[in-house]
Amino acid sequence: METLIFIILGTIAAGGAVSILVQRHPIYSALSLILTFIALAGIYIQMHAEFIAVMQIVIYTGAIMVLFVFVIMLLNAREEPAPRQALRFINYLGLPLSILLAVQVSFVVFRAFAGYGISLSPSLANSTGNTAAIGKELYTRYLLPFEVTSILLLVAIIGAIVMAKKEL
Amino acid sequence: MISLTYYLILSAVLFTIGVFGFLVKRNIITIFMCVELMLNAVNLTFVAFARFYGDLAGQVFVFFVMAVAAAEAAVGLGIIVALFRNRQTLDIDSARSMHW
Repeated sequence: METLIFIILGTIAAGGAVSILVQRHPIYSALSLILTFIALAGIYIQMHAEFIAVMQIVIYTGAIMVLFVFVIMLLNAREEPAPRQALRFINYLGLPLSILLAVQVSFVVFRAFAGYGISLSPSLANSTGNTAAIGKELYTRYLLPFEVTSILLLVAIIGAIVMAKKEL
Repeated sequence: MISLTYYLILSAVLFTIGVFGFLVKRNIITIFMCVELMLNAVNLTFVAFARFYGDLAGQVFVFFVMAVAAAEAAVGLGIIVALFRNRQTLDIDSARSMHW
């Protein structure tokens, strides 16, 4: 049952990712990406990472993708034109190379982690994904990175404002 | 029980699709979406390792990655809007003033 749900969600995620490439209009690509994000959130829930799953929905589909759709509509983005003749070989060359990369990475994963399949530590099987535990980690052990993140967000706000200025 | 390998392979597939889209697509917004897809593939790896090694650090890292992704999206889309205002197009091939 668990495997079946994973296969369904994984297929949806991969299918959405492929759909990003296939769609020519950016708004359809954005919707496909949202589908992928939601499928990944389902996989996170399956891995007992409920906090991350909720963050995935709230931040990625709720904030980032809304920003993307907003920009697509603001700029009135059109369909992608057909590639120039000189560049068409990229598609034919890129696809086999990408498949080669995927096979290569999968091969390394198989070789390196073949033995780790079942070594799920029992103590954390139920406690991981516990939002309280993450909050505790975040405010004790990872307090400095957490504060640095707030500075990063501040810099991002300033950067976005500067970029949106009339005269650049 | 699903083994770690399945999650890692799904992550590898998503990452590869992101790389492929990044290299092949020419609409700058779609390219940006492919970057987000690659970030998500890495997040999946982090969560899978956090689960199978029984360590919460992976999930904390995903939290930071999401914060960085949000900052990146805000600034990146600002750059896209500025680029569009200067060139009236979203085609990445038109942004070649640093190209010889």
